[in-house]
Amino acid sequence: MKPRPVGYARPECVAEALAALAEPDVEAKVLAGGQSLVPLMSMRLAAPDLVVDINRLAELSYVQVTDGQVRIGALARHAEVLASPAAAAAQPLLRKALRFVAHPAIRNRGTTVGSIVHADPAGEMPAVLALLAGTVRVASSAGERSVPAGEFFLGPLESAVQPGELATEVRFPVLAAKAAGTGFTEISRRRGDFAVCGVAAIAWLGTDGRISGAKAAYLSMGPCPAVLDLTEAVEGVAADSASFPAAASFAREKLEPAPDIHATASYRRQLAGVLTERALAEALADAREAVEA
Amino acid sequence: MSAGELRGEELHEVRLTVNGAARTVQVHARRLLSDCIRHDLSLTGTHVGCEHGVCGACTILLDGVPVRSCLLLAVSADGADITTVEGLAEPDGTLSPVQQAFSECHGLQCGFCTPGFLTTITAGLRAAPDADDEEAREMIGGNLCRCTGYQNILASVHRAAEIAREPGASESSQSDAGLVDSGHGGIEPGHDAQPDRSTSRAGMSSLFGARVQRVEDDRLIRGHGAYLDDLGQDALAAAFVRSPHAHARITDIDVSAALDVPGLVAIYTYEDLPGRLAEPLPLLIPHPALTHGRTPYPLAHEEVNHVGEAVVMVVAADRYRAEDAADLIDVSYEPLPAVVGLDAARAAVHLVHHDVPGNRAANAVQEHGNTAAALAAAPHVLELDLEIERSASTPLEGRGVLARWDQQQKRLELWTSTQTSTGVRAAVAAKLGLDLTQVNVITPDVGGGFGVKIVHPWPEEVLVPWAARLLGQPVKFTEDRREHFIASAHERAQQHHVTVGYDDEGRILGLDVRFWHDNGAYVPYGLIVPIVTSTQLLGPYKPGAYRVEFDSLYTNTVIVTPYRGAGRPHGCFVMERTMDAIAAALGLDRTVVRERNFIQPGEMPYDQGLIFQDGRPLIYDSGDYPALLAKIKDLVGWDKFAQLKEAAAAEGRRVGIGLACYVEGTGVGPYEGGHVVVETSGKVKVATGLTSQGQGHQTMLAQLVADELGVPMADVEVVTGDTRRFGYAVGTFASRTAVMSGSAVTLAARKAKEKALQVAADALEVAAADLEITGGMVQVKGDPASAISLGTVAVLSNPLRYAFDDAATAATQFAGGGDLSKPPVAPDDEPGIEGRAYFSPVRSTFASGMHAAIVETDPETAEVTVLRYCVVHDCGRLINPQIVEGQIHGGVAQGVGGALYERMAYDESGQLLNASFMDFLMPYVSEVPRRIEIDHLETPSPLNPLGVKGAGEAGVIPGAAVLAAAIEDAEGVPVRSMPMSPSDLFELRRADSP
Repeated sequence: MKPRPVGYARPECVAEALAALAEPDVEAKVLAGGQSLVPLMSMRLAAPDLVVDINRLAELSYVQVTDGQVRIGALARHAEVLASPAAAAAQPLLRKALRFVAHPAIRNRGTTVGSIVHADPAGEMPAVLALLAGTVRVASSAGERSVPAGEFFLGPLESAVQPGELATEVRFPVLAAKAAGTGFTEISRRRGDFAVCGVAAIAWLGTDGRISGAKAAYLSMGPCPAVLDLTEAVEGVAADSASFPAAASFAREKLEPAPDIHATASYRRQLAGVLTERALAEALADAREAVEA
Repeated sequence: MSAGELRGEELHEVRLTVNGAARTVQVHARRLLSDCIRHDLSLTGTHVGCEHGVCGACTILLDGVPVRSCLLLAVSADGADITTVEGLAEPDGTLSPVQQAFSECHGLQCGFCTPGFLTTITAGLRAAPDADDEEAREMIGGNLCRCTGYQNILASVHRAAEIAREPGASESSQSDAGLVDSGHGGIEPGHDAQPDRSTSRAGMSSLFGARVQRVEDDRLIRGHGAYLDDLGQDALAAAFVRSPHAHARITDIDVSAALDVPGLVAIYTYEDLPGRLAEPLPLLIPHPALTHGRTPYPLAHEEVNHVGEAVVMVVAADRYRAEDAADLIDVSYEPLPAVVGLDAARAAVHLVHHDVPGNRAANAVQEHGNTAAALAAAPHVLELDLEIERSASTPLEGRGVLARWDQQQKRLELWTSTQTSTGVRAAVAAKLGLDLTQVNVITPDVGGGFGVKIVHPWPEEVLVPWAARLLGQPVKFTEDRREHFIASAHERAQQHHVTVGYDDEGRILGLDVRFWHDNGAYVPYGLIVPIVTSTQLLGPYKPGAYRVEFDSLYTNTVIVTPYRGAGRPHGCFVMERTMDAIAAALGLDRTVVRERNFIQPGEMPYDQGLIFQDGRPLIYDSGDYPALLAKIKDLVGWDKFAQLKEAAAAEGRRVGIGLACYVEGTGVGPYEGGHVVVETSGKVKVATGLTSQGQGHQTMLAQLVADELGVPMADVEVVTGDTRRFGYAVGTFASRTAVMSGSAVTLAARKAKEKALQVAADALEVAAADLEITGGMVQVKGDPASAISLGTVAVLSNPLRYAFDDAATAATQFAGGGDLSKPPVAPDDEPGIEGRAYFSPVRSTFASGMHAAIVETDPETAEVTVLRYCVVHDCGRLINPQIVEGQIHGGVAQGVGGALYERMAYDESGQLLNASFMDFLMPYVSEVPRRIEIDHLETPSPLNPLGVKGAGEAGVIPGAAVLAAAIEDAEGVPVRSMPMSPSDLFELRRADSP
């Protein structure tokens, strides 16, 4: 298991990186954390002509909260995002989800932007981005563009980032509403493995203290992170309900998971229901706490 | 070949600070940091277990934080500060707190994963010096260990924190807290007790039974172990083109595109193989029932029979180049229908080997009594279909072999990661047409075996030395993780149909077991696994009559060889599920049915009336099954469980309890030998031929020899698995080392002692019977003033006394003129204090035990949590309880893995879908029981001088049986097939509900 021969560029600034990526007829891959790319190269499932190593681009190593957005640069490691009090305060779902990303040694090197660009439907951060309707900033030698989450995930391991482009930043909207909360839960075969099923949820309370709306995003339940608006299933339900069977049924009905060696489709569907309820309960507990605070 | 000659790839200069020192290397962009550290910087303490970031063995500290070095390109680490395991100890050699703790707490066995744990924990404790148990689990949560079951690693984390807090605590850390929490009786796991860390008393004649710290540990925790891939840094690398098809005819092999690969040295196909190398590999263990034995060629000849079968061998400057060339070799195949799984093998619509009808390699029958008559007469008869799926040993270190041919001396030296160096030697000599004296095989540190490394010779073990001789250069093959999944061996897949007749009391009157064993594409290791199932299935029970018949069937999948337990886990599953089914049918307590079927202590030795795997009668030598049952019931709180279950149910929780019993034939013959020699320094050198894979043999054997000879353990050095030191040996399998080599080295030490006493008696002019050896000194009993050192005695034993050392000088005072009418060495004497002995028992000795588990199943997600796991174990006298417990911990972890997580997921075309540590779910710490509660019974074996029985496999045997029983109890749904994933349990529930 050794990579094929590969070219290497280590730009010192974003412009240099974009120039390297713009080489015609060169299949280039961006190396940030490399926690997915390097094993794929070792297994010779990926064999780019050129690796563009962005680990010197200190300008992309940031976690900031500005203008209602948690902005995470392309070189910010999962561990840095996880450890950021500002990010956790502004959007608690980030920390909740990041705790489920692999194991600490992987989080020490892997980047949040990288895992989103990798677009694994079993990934935690793609689902969070999809749920929160965040955006990805993408740059190329031709300019910059901003891709909304809804247009970013095209298929398994396929994102909207095109050859020649570099995802420089992802932006997660902060949890703005006071009467809102988030939840994240997943079930994996072993702790730290990719989820058999996972749910990221956000819920809002009305002034009557009842649920006014809820959304959930699902891991491993389709080729891309699947987002469901659960509002019709939970609207008006007491926020301290012990269970949300209508939401569970709704999720089971709407999702079309595929079987794999770890789970049948019907088991995944079962989990989607159970975890929808659990994630909602967590989100609502947070929302109630926020209201009471 | 210098790197510069390898065209097409640019070299990059990388500057690193490694363990405090500035280092500069030139690397290609694709070079993994793990390879750079290991091979460019020669820091081989960092190990590679998977190369896809799952196992954690390669974890280093990069700028202070743990990262996987296999997931980094070396070039990308330019400028980084790196700490490897070699950098953890103080510059003066003082072990770090984490290293000390691992040694004290027996936190390592084979040591292959250990460097990754040490670096991870070092950083973890820096960040959280007071880590609680949850934090400790999180800290090590991404590191795989196949040996220890993690219990002692967790203890090491806590102990390391303690040492770090209290400098000097390491010397005063005696703790008597036991591991066993007898009669705990709850459903929640007990609090984690600190394990007993009492170190060895340096005193004499008390090492047997002492918790002696392992002598292996020091080098392993410093990163100074020498595993196969750590050797031969100058060697050429081999890689293989392996079949992508499960079954196909090879129509053409075109190597032309590969010939231009820089660094390529040679490409070999079957056509290149000379003489006996062109013949199929040997069938190691023939059996009269094995009528259609088929073995593979070293390189595929015309046909491939499983994905992963070696077709072409490439030798190149390094593994990167070898894989480059392998990539470009174009093999044309004509696919044939694949036979995958036992259903397809039994249906035999397609054949694996065209000349093996019914895909049947063997059919074997054994019977004791008249089973048909017993069944016909039985008041009750039950039939059950029971199935176990494939799993595998998956040691953290894969296979590997390094060969050096010395053209001047015409000698071959071969290092291989094996469980039998003598077996490999004989096979290689035969295959290459060499005399045995021309071949030496050395087993280096081995990163776990668990059965898979007992096969010999592997194709690579004959091809690599052949190529090394041909090329006149050392050649090395280091198996990668994917290869290990598709080109080594698996185990466990069997289907069983049970017919059992019993009386109203639950006594088994007749038992008929028909089963089908999936032996994969070839049977180089014969029928050992199904034979063991067919005989060991009986466990501690004595059915009125027993008939067993099995078919061993070919499939187009990886071959099968024993994996820890070797047929027993399946047999135990079958028998124990049968016991539970009888109890359920009669409404009896499950322990009552078992007790009524037990062989009683007074019936020992007990003849089961069958022939065991060693071709000898299946006669149990000793054991006390009722006492074991009483202990396990007490330990788990069996009689109190019904109330607990009711209380849990009231809270909406589903809990269940299960119990399983086993008897394990251990210490299988035919023999092992031991050699003990006392050097004039007083140091004692011990050799035995079998090999070690992390079990602590060097420690255990040193304990025995030190005890027997009366010398400090520090003076005893044990070498295993080196044919230069001991030429006759069998190997390490069947839990046989303590019994076989333990007995052999004891007998050898006894001989050496007799000689030493006689020499000393002559010198001191007293009777040998009046002498004793204590602390390495020979003296008149109770008279230290008379003492002479054993080293001096060694000098005296040799009439040719070169005055090179102090011992020789000291001995001169005893050098009398002697009797000049006699030769200096008497006709029946030899120079030196030396003993060589063999141990060959009449039969195997039978260890036994019982496991009980309490599980909770989630009503919604069908997740299974093991709340408690209890073990009562009888391996006769315990030589080193810490080592035995470590074996049990690791075995239980494998048992739980096999029951709940691990399976080989083949698709219909014979592709293994989970050939990685990502998808083959070897448990992390988060998947094993939080605490394994252990109690021992010691029923000595009468069949060896130590009274010991084997302990290596016991922990794994009842895993599937006990967890199936507990899940069944929790769910109220019959469990007939294992492993059981949450998805499986969910589907089982669905199938069961109307």
